[in-house]
Amino acid sequence: MKRYSAFALAREAFRNHQGWERAWRDAQPKKHYDAIIVGAGGHGLASAYYLGKNHGIRNVAIIEKGWLGGGNTGRNTTIIRSNYLQDPSAAIYEKSRSLYETLSQDLNYNIMYSPRGVMMLAQTEHEVRGYRRTAHANALQGVDTTFISPKKVKELVPIIELKGPRYPVLGALWQERAGTARHDAVAWGYARACSDMGMDVIQKCEVTGIQREGGRVTGVSTTKGDIGCNKLGIVVAGHSGHLAEMAGFRLPIESVALQALVSEPIKPCMDVVVMANTVHGYMSQSDKGEMVIGGGADGYNNYTQRGSFHHIEETVRALCETFPMISRLKMLRQWGGIVDMTGDRSPILSKTPVENVFINCGWGTGGFKAIPGSGWGFAELMAKGHSPLTEAFGLERFREGRFVDESVAAGVAH
Amino acid sequence: MLILECPYCGVKADETELHPGGEAHLTRFGPGSSDDAFESYLFMRANPKGVHFERWRHAHGCGKWFHAARCTVTLEVFGTYSAQTTEPPSDIIEKIAARRPGWAKESQA
Amino acid sequence: MSTRLAKGGRLIDRATTHRFTFNGRQMQGYAGDTLASALLAGDQMLVGRSFKYHRPRGIVASGAEEPNALVGLGSGNTFEPNQRVTVTELFDGLEAQSQNHWPSLEFDVGAINAKLSRFLPAGFYYKTFIHPRPFWKHVYEPFIRKSAGLGKAPDKEARDPDTYEHFYAHVDVLVIGGGVAGLQAAKVAAQSGGKVLLIEQNAHWGGRAPVDGGTVDGAEADAWVSATLEELEGMANVTLRARTMGAGLYDHGYATAYERVSDHAPGSDAPRHRLWRIRAGQIVTATGAIERPLSFAGNDIPGVMLASAARDFAVNYAVSPGDRTVVVTNNDDAYRTALALKSLGLSVPAVIDARANGGGALMAEAEAQGIRVLKGKGIAKVQGGARVTGVEICAQAGEGATQETIACDAVAMSGGWSPVVHLWSHIGGKLTWDETENFFRPDPERAPITHDGSAIVTAVGAANGHLGLSEIVSDATSGTTSALKRIGLSVDAAAPEASPRDEAPMEPVWLMPQGAKRALRAKAWLDFQNDVKVTDVQLAAQEGYVSVEHTKRYTTLGMATDQGKLSNINGLAILSQALGEGIPQVGTTTFRPPYTPISLASIAGEAKGELFQPIRRTALHSWHEENGAEWEPVGHWRRPFAYRKPGESTHDAVTRECVATRESLGLLDASTLGKILVKGPDAGRFMDMLYTNMMSSLKPGFCRYGLMCSENGFLMDDGVVARIDEDTFLCHTTTGGAERIHAHMEEWLQTEWWDWKVWVLNVTEQYTQIGVVGPKSRAVLEKLGTEGIGKDDLPFMRWIDGNVGGIPARIFRISFSGELSFEIAVAANRGRELWGKLIEAGQEFNVTPYGTEAMHVLRAEKGFIMIGEETDGTIIPQDLGLHWAISKKKEDYIGKRAQERSFMDNPERWQLVGLETTDGSKLPDGAYAVAPGNNANGQVNTQGRVTSSYHSAALGRPIAMGLVHNGPDRMGEVIEFAMTDGSRVPAKITGTIFFDPEGEKQNV
Repeated sequence: MKRYSAFALAREAFRNHQGWERAWRDAQPKKHYDAIIVGAGGHGLASAYYLGKNHGIRNVAIIEKGWLGGGNTGRNTTIIRSNYLQDPSAAIYEKSRSLYETLSQDLNYNIMYSPRGVMMLAQTEHEVRGYRRTAHANALQGVDTTFISPKKVKELVPIIELKGPRYPVLGALWQERAGTARHDAVAWGYARACSDMGMDVIQKCEVTGIQREGGRVTGVSTTKGDIGCNKLGIVVAGHSGHLAEMAGFRLPIESVALQALVSEPIKPCMDVVVMANTVHGYMSQSDKGEMVIGGGADGYNNYTQRGSFHHIEETVRALCETFPMISRLKMLRQWGGIVDMTGDRSPILSKTPVENVFINCGWGTGGFKAIPGSGWGFAELMAKGHSPLTEAFGLERFREGRFVDESVAAGVAH
Repeated sequence: MLILECPYCGVKADETELHPGGEAHLTRFGPGSSDDAFESYLFMRANPKGVHFERWRHAHGCGKWFHAARCTVTLEVFGTYSAQTTEPPSDIIEKIAARRPGWAKESQA
Repeated sequence: MSTRLAKGGRLIDRATTHRFTFNGRQMQGYAGDTLASALLAGDQMLVGRSFKYHRPRGIVASGAEEPNALVGLGSGNTFEPNQRVTVTELFDGLEAQSQNHWPSLEFDVGAINAKLSRFLPAGFYYKTFIHPRPFWKHVYEPFIRKSAGLGKAPDKEARDPDTYEHFYAHVDVLVIGGGVAGLQAAKVAAQSGGKVLLIEQNAHWGGRAPVDGGTVDGAEADAWVSATLEELEGMANVTLRARTMGAGLYDHGYATAYERVSDHAPGSDAPRHRLWRIRAGQIVTATGAIERPLSFAGNDIPGVMLASAARDFAVNYAVSPGDRTVVVTNNDDAYRTALALKSLGLSVPAVIDARANGGGALMAEAEAQGIRVLKGKGIAKVQGGARVTGVEICAQAGEGATQETIACDAVAMSGGWSPVVHLWSHIGGKLTWDETENFFRPDPERAPITHDGSAIVTAVGAANGHLGLSEIVSDATSGTTSALKRIGLSVDAAAPEASPRDEAPMEPVWLMPQGAKRALRAKAWLDFQNDVKVTDVQLAAQEGYVSVEHTKRYTTLGMATDQGKLSNINGLAILSQALGEGIPQVGTTTFRPPYTPISLASIAGEAKGELFQPIRRTALHSWHEENGAEWEPVGHWRRPFAYRKPGESTHDAVTRECVATRESLGLLDASTLGKILVKGPDAGRFMDMLYTNMMSSLKPGFCRYGLMCSENGFLMDDGVVARIDEDTFLCHTTTGGAERIHAHMEEWLQTEWWDWKVWVLNVTEQYTQIGVVGPKSRAVLEKLGTEGIGKDDLPFMRWIDGNVGGIPARIFRISFSGELSFEIAVAANRGRELWGKLIEAGQEFNVTPYGTEAMHVLRAEKGFIMIGEETDGTIIPQDLGLHWAISKKKEDYIGKRAQERSFMDNPERWQLVGLETTDGSKLPDGAYAVAPGNNANGQVNTQGRVTSSYHSAALGRPIAMGLVHNGPDRMGEVIEFAMTDGSRVPAKITGTIFFDPEGEKQNV
C-alpha cells in the first residue's frame, strides 16, 4: 500500500494524480477463510482490522451485501464520547474514544477525529443529579468528565440560551476530549487497512445461508457462491435478526428508524457538541459548516430508512429554543437510519448458540462512537473466546436479568 | 407518518395520536415458567422484514389498545383488529395471503 | 455586460421601483424582479465565491436549482444566510451581501486555493494532515473550519422577531407544481368534485410555458394559464397557493409544503413562513424538469448560464445576460434561447450544436433568422476570469484543439433536461433510465405506495419525462384521471389540443469535447458550489470509490445546498464512463426531503417561548407564584422547590420550612401526585397483580403503602392505596408516574386480563390534595371544624370522608415526613379556597408552606425512599429493604417471575443503608464508594453509591442514604467515597432512619 502523506500528495499532483491506487482491492471470494465477518460497516471492518492487527488472523473476508460503510456508519451524527454511567459501557466507549485519538495515524487515513468536546445539558434537577452521578462514576472509570456551571456552558457555547422559558440550563456534563470524526472516512480507512493486510473486502455479496455441521459453523452461502470459514462474525446491525435466523437462533432486537438532519453550511459558530436530552435534541457543527442535528427514534419496527416528520419537528423546535440564532437557518436534508435496539438498549457482543459464530449488534442509536472499541473487543472475543471489554454484553444477560442500563443517567439519546 | 384505523372508534388515526407497543400475541409467562420461556416472552422479538403483527394504543384518542398487521418494508397495512385475541383473525390472514403470495405466518422470525 | 432592456419583461412592473443594496452598493430594480434579475440588470454577474477554491461565481440558473448565487439577506435579528437570489423576490430596502470571500468579493485571498487546486483533488484531506497528531486539532482543523462554511453565521444573540405557523390540510388530491401540467391536473381533479390543493413554489403560475411559447386549447400558453387559473379560483373545492413549495413526501399520503408568506413583504403582520402539513388521498407531482449544464473547461466562469435561464431573464424580466451570447447545446430546446435573444435585438454570434447533424425545425428557424449554427462542435474552453470574454471552439468528437475563437460575454448552455423526480423518490418511488431523452424518469410500475399497497404518487408532465406541451397536457389528464380512480373519484376529462413537440432527438454529451484532455477535464466543473470537477469523479473511480454513494461522499458531488440538482446526472454519467458501466447500473444517490431548504423556524412553528411546551398548573399554582415559589419542573408540572422570603437563600428557606413543619405546622401542595381509581368486581384481584403487596385484603377505610414493579422486575412506582369500598381502590402514584401508571394499568387490563371486570380512571386533576403536616396539624383542622380525626377516631393509615372549613373532603391520615399528618383531598375547584382557609387558620401555628426540597429532607430523615432517587430503573424492592412490602403468599404479581432470575435473586446486590461521614461533611449525591483494586478494564472497583444526601435541620448535620454491597450486614463499618477531585471521604454505614426511630411523633 502506498502511504498517504503531504509528500505523496505533492508528488501525485505533478503527475496528475495518475499514480493513486485503489484504496482497497476489488476482491472476489476465496474458497475458505480463517474468519469471515459479515457486514462491512464500521463495526465489521474494525473487527476484521483488529483480528489482523492484534491477533495475527489475516486470512479474513469481510462480506458486504451493498457497499461498504453504506449503513449507519455513513448515516449518523458522528458524535464520539465515552461519558457513560455503567462500568461496562464506559470501558468499551472509552477504549473506543482513545483509539479514535490515534486512528488517523494507525490507519494512515485522516479520519478527522476532532476532540472538540461534548456537553450534555442538565435542564431538570433530575438531570443534574444524573449527570453529577455520571461524573462521579467516570472519575473512577478513567473517563475525564466534569459537571460544569451554566456560566461555563455559555463560555463554551456562545449561541446557547441559558434561560429558556421551559427548561433553563442548570449545568452540563462536559467531556473535553470527546468530539466528532468524519464518518465515511472511518469505514474507508479501516477497509483500506484491512485490504492492505491481505484481507478481502467483498462488496455486493449477500449472505443467503449459514452452513453448520454438528452445531458448529463451517461457512456461508452467498450470492457469490459458498465460502468456508472456521469462525464467523455477524456484524450487520438492523439486519441481525435475519442472519441470526439463518444460523438458527433468535435475538432480543427490534429495528426502528432514527432520524437526523443538517442545515445549510454557515461559518463556524459552535465548536462543541451539545446534547439536550430533556428536549430530545442534539447538535454540532461539521467542518463543512452544517449544523448536524440528531432527533428521535420511531417506536415501531421499520426498515424504510425514512422516519416520521413529527420527530424532526420536535427536535427542531427544541433546538430553536436552546439555540435561538438558528431560527433563520434552513434545513438542507433529513434522513433516517435503521437502528437495532436491544431489550436494555445496550449492545450485544457475544458468542451464540452456534459454535464459532459470534454476533456484534444492538448498538441502537450510539454505534458510531463505539466502532474502534467494538472492533477491538469483538476481535478479541472471536480470537480468544473472551474479552474483558465484551464480557458484560453477552446474550445470556437477558436470561439472567443482568442488564447494562444506561437510561439511568437520563441518557435518552446517544 | 402512518395512518392506522382504530378498530374501536373507527377513527383513521395519524401516527401522532398513537402509541406503538411492539410485537403482538405474546404469551405471558409468570412464576413457575422456565428461564427460556420467560426470556423469550420478555425479550425475544419478531423483527421481520415484511409482515408484522404489532400492538398499538389509540393513546390520544379513545385510549384503546388494538393490533395491526403491517409490512415493515413497504408500510402497507393489512388491517387492524381487536387486542383481545390471541391470534390474527382469519380475514386479515387471507388479506395478507392475497397480497403476499407464499407468505405464511409461521415463516416470520 | 448584462443589462436591462428598454422594453418587455412579462413579470416586472416598471412603474414601481425598488431600491436595494448589494455589498453596500445602491442598486435598483422593479416590482416583480427577483434579486437575480435585478442584480443582472445592474450588471452584477459576479455574486459569490465557491466553497473550496473560492472561484468567482455568477448566476447560473433562474430558479430553485441555482447553486452559486447565494447571499446573506438582511441584518441583525433578521439576517439570513445562503438565500438563493433566483427565488428571492425583490422588495424595497432589501440588503444583500455576497458570501465566502475575504476581504472582498472582487479580491478574495481564498482564491489562492484555485492556484493550488492540483494539490487539492477530491478527498485530499483524507490523505494528509495526518501528522503530527496534535496538529489536526490545533492547526489544520481550525483552518479548514474557518475556510469552510458558506454564509455568515447569524449573531450569537440574534432573536428572530418573525412568527411562523403550521397549517393542516386534508385533501383528496394534492397537486404540486403550478405549470401547465399542474394546472391541467388540478382542473381534472377539481372536476371530480374532490377536494384539491394546488401549490406552486414561485410567485407566478404557468411554469416554463409562458416563456417557451406554444398554444393550449387554441390559446397562447400564457393566456391559457390565466384562464385556467381563474377557473380554478372560482371553484369551491380548490385551494391554490403560490410561493408554496412541495417540500417533502412522507408515508401514507403525508406531505409538507413550505409557504413563504411574507419574505417578499417584510414588516407585514403575516407570519413569515407557513409549513403546510398535508394528508392527501393522492399526490400528483407536476414539478417540471431542470436543465443540465454541459461539462466543458471553464463552464463555471461567471457569464456561463443555463440556456433556459438566459431565456427566462430576457423574457420575464427584460434582462439580457450579455451583449453577445453564444449558445451551446446538445438538443433543440436551447435554440429557443437563441431565438428569444435575437428577437430582443441581442447578438447571438453562434449556436454550437454538439450533434453532428444539428437539430430540427428550431435550428432551421434560427438559421433563417441569420444565426450561425456550428454543427458537431463543442466548446474547448471558455476564456475569461471573473467574466466570460470568449469561447474556443473545437470538434465535439476530438480532444479539444481550438479551431476558432468567438468573442462573447455570455454563454448559454444546455445539456438536456432532467425531470424533477425528488418528491417521487422521497417515499421510495423508483426510476427508470430513458434511453431516448437520456434522463431518469419515474417508473410507473414502481410508484410509491400507500397503506393499501396502491400507488399514492403520480408524476405528470415534464416531471414524468414529457417535454412537449401536447404530451404534457395529455399526460396530466390521463395521469390525474388514474389517480382519482384509486380513491374512488371519477371524471371524464379530455386533454385539450396543444402544440406538439417538434424537435430532433437530443444526443447525450457528458463531456465536451468527448475526448477532452486532462487539462480541460480539470477545468470542467460538475458541482459549481462544491468545486467538483470531472477529474475528481474520475479520481474517485480510479481509487475504488465506485459505488455512487462512495463517489458522492468522496468528492462531495451533489452535497452542496442545491443537493446536486444541476450536478448529479452529469457526475453520474462521468462515473459510469469511468467504470465502463451503464448509467442505470450505476444508479442514483438517494433523494431526501426537503426539495429545497426550508427554515428551521417554519418546522418549529408556533411552538416557541411560552408555547414551547404547556405547563400543567395545580389549583394552587398562582398562590405559589405570588408567594415566592422557586420552581422545579416535575414532568409537565412545576412544583415549588422552596418558598424564599426576601433576603433568604434557598438553603435558608428549606431549613426554615423543615423546622416549622417539625415544630408546628407545614402545608404541602400534593395535588400533582397521581390519583387513579381502580373499580369493579375484580378490582382486588387486579390490585394484587399490580402491587407487590397483598392489596385485596385491605379493608374499606384503610390505607396501605404499596410498590409497583415492571414485568422486568424493577421498581417503577410507589404510593399509598386507599380502599374506598369493596369494589373500589384509590391508588396514589408519584407525580411523574401518574400517566405512565395509568397507561400501565390500561395495558394489562386491555391486552392480558381483558376478561377481568375492572375499570381504571385517572382522577389526578379532579382533586386538590394538601398535606397538612406537623404537631399542630390536627389542631388547625379542628379549628376549621373537622370532626372525627382524633387519635383513636382516625388512626394512622386510615381515611374518612369529612369536611374541612365547610368543604367536603376526603381526609387521609398518612405521612411522608414522620410527623402527625393529614392529606386533604377536595374537588379541584375548591382547592384554592381550602388552601386560603388553612393559611388563615394556621397563622397562630406559624403555618409554613413547604416545597419539594423540604419534603425530600423530611422523608430522608425518616429513611423513606423516593422513586427516582433511591431507584433508577435498575433497582428491585429487595435492594431497598422493602421485603415487608412483598407478599409471600401471592402466587403472582407483575415482576415476580423476573425477580426470580439469577442476577436478581442474588445476595451480592447492593442494598440500602444510611451513611454518616466521619468528618461531618455532606456526601455528594451520586458519589461512589470505592473497593480495593481495579477490574479487568482498569476501572476502580466500587462497592456502593449515594442515592440521597441532605442537610438535616432537625439533626443539625448532613444525612445520606446509599446502596452498599452487603450493606445491612456491615453496620458501623467505615467505607470510603470517591470525590471527583480524587480525594476520599470516609463514611460509616448506619440504619436508614435518622429521626424519631420509634415513630413517636407520627402516632399521636
